[in-house]
Amino acid sequence: MSQRLVEIWVGVFVAIGLAAMMVLALQVSGLTELRQPPGYHVTAKFDNVGGLREKAPVSMAGVRVGRVEAIRLDPDSHQAEVKMRINERFGAIPADSAAAIYTSGLLGEQYVGLEPGWETEPLADGDRITETQSAVVLERIIGQFVTGMQD
Amino acid sequence: MTGLFQALGQRTLNGLRGLGEAVLLMGRILRAAPEVVVRPRLLVEQIYAVGVLSLVIILVSALFVGMVLGLQGYYTLSDFGATEAVGTMVALSLVRELGPVVTALLFAGRAGSSLTAEVGLMKATEQLSSMEMMAVDPERRILAPRFFAALLAVPLLAAVFSAVGVFGGYLVAVGMVGVDGGAFWSNMQNAVTIQDDILNGVIKSVVFGFLVGWIALHKGYMAVPTSSGVSRATTLGVVHASLAVLGLDFLLTALMFD
Repeated sequence: MSQRLVEIWVGVFVAIGLAAMMVLALQVSGLTELRQPPGYHVTAKFDNVGGLREKAPVSMAGVRVGRVEAIRLDPDSHQAEVKMRINERFGAIPADSAAAIYTSGLLGEQYVGLEPGWETEPLADGDRITETQSAVVLERIIGQFVTGMQD
Repeated sequence: MTGLFQALGQRTLNGLRGLGEAVLLMGRILRAAPEVVVRPRLLVEQIYAVGVLSLVIILVSALFVGMVLGLQGYYTLSDFGATEAVGTMVALSLVRELGPVVTALLFAGRAGSSLTAEVGLMKATEQLSSMEMMAVDPERRILAPRFFAALLAVPLLAAVFSAVGVFGGYLVAVGMVGVDGGAFWSNMQNAVTIQDDILNGVIKSVVFGFLVGWIALHKGYMAVPTSSGVSRATTLGVVHASLAVLGLDFLLTALMFD
């Protein structure tokens, strides 16, 4: 094999190796997200998001319609503001829909569930879902139960 | 009785002598490092021989290892209703352990054995001594480029192995058995960290590359210059390199992930 071909193959090999390291750094350890599906953003404020994480599914009637993109603490209301990205295919979600945080699976994987409202106007980019229900925190329920028992 | 002790003592001394020779050889190879910079063409040829030609076996094994991990992880985790954690399991197993270790084992079998056989045959056909006659240092011309090629190729191959393995796990978990793709990636990204997992995996694979290259070249260089000697050196090279990789992996894991 000619020297040129050997050099080309070694170049390809080194490039593949470095690309694999980049994939491991970016995609597997999650420094940034590489691909983004087309969609629009909506936000919702929750009193408590529990174990909700970025990239958790957003579903409606059990069908995944989008993903949680960012979670931050609102400095004024001290609530958690969840930014969601809804897939473009699901463009007809009523604007007065409600959002709640539910748990799936035994390890407590949490997701945002949307309940449809009655309005004909659909959710648009930048809208805020006002009606929300926080994550169920088991310790709080047990605490309430125990205090109720003592009374 | 004395014969038994004599045999034991002889074996110990032989082992120590071999170790001493290997350490001295490594010292000479490291001293020859500038040659690799002066003549990068030698290094490129060796990277082709040990790295590029090992790519296919690494790619295929990684894909299947990842797919098996995805499937087994799904079966086990579905008993606990925690199938979303399959991404975490696949990625951590690959990045921390299987990527570096299986790559090093495959590398020892595919490239290490060919290094031993090549160098051993050069010795048996007296090419090495004729180089010395012509005032060409065989350690600089033959051993150093091969050693540094192994040192560079193994971490790159291990990274390819881990990345392709994660993809194989994704194919099975998300494509075949229907785990949510977003949960697969998000749980994985939450659990895997650059510093603790990926960097330690890279350090491991550099150590393994050093080890496999060193053992393969030492076995070839010290081979008895006959056909049976070369074949024995090749077998021993693969066996010793594999055992050393597995043993050292335990030690490194104990040190790194406490």
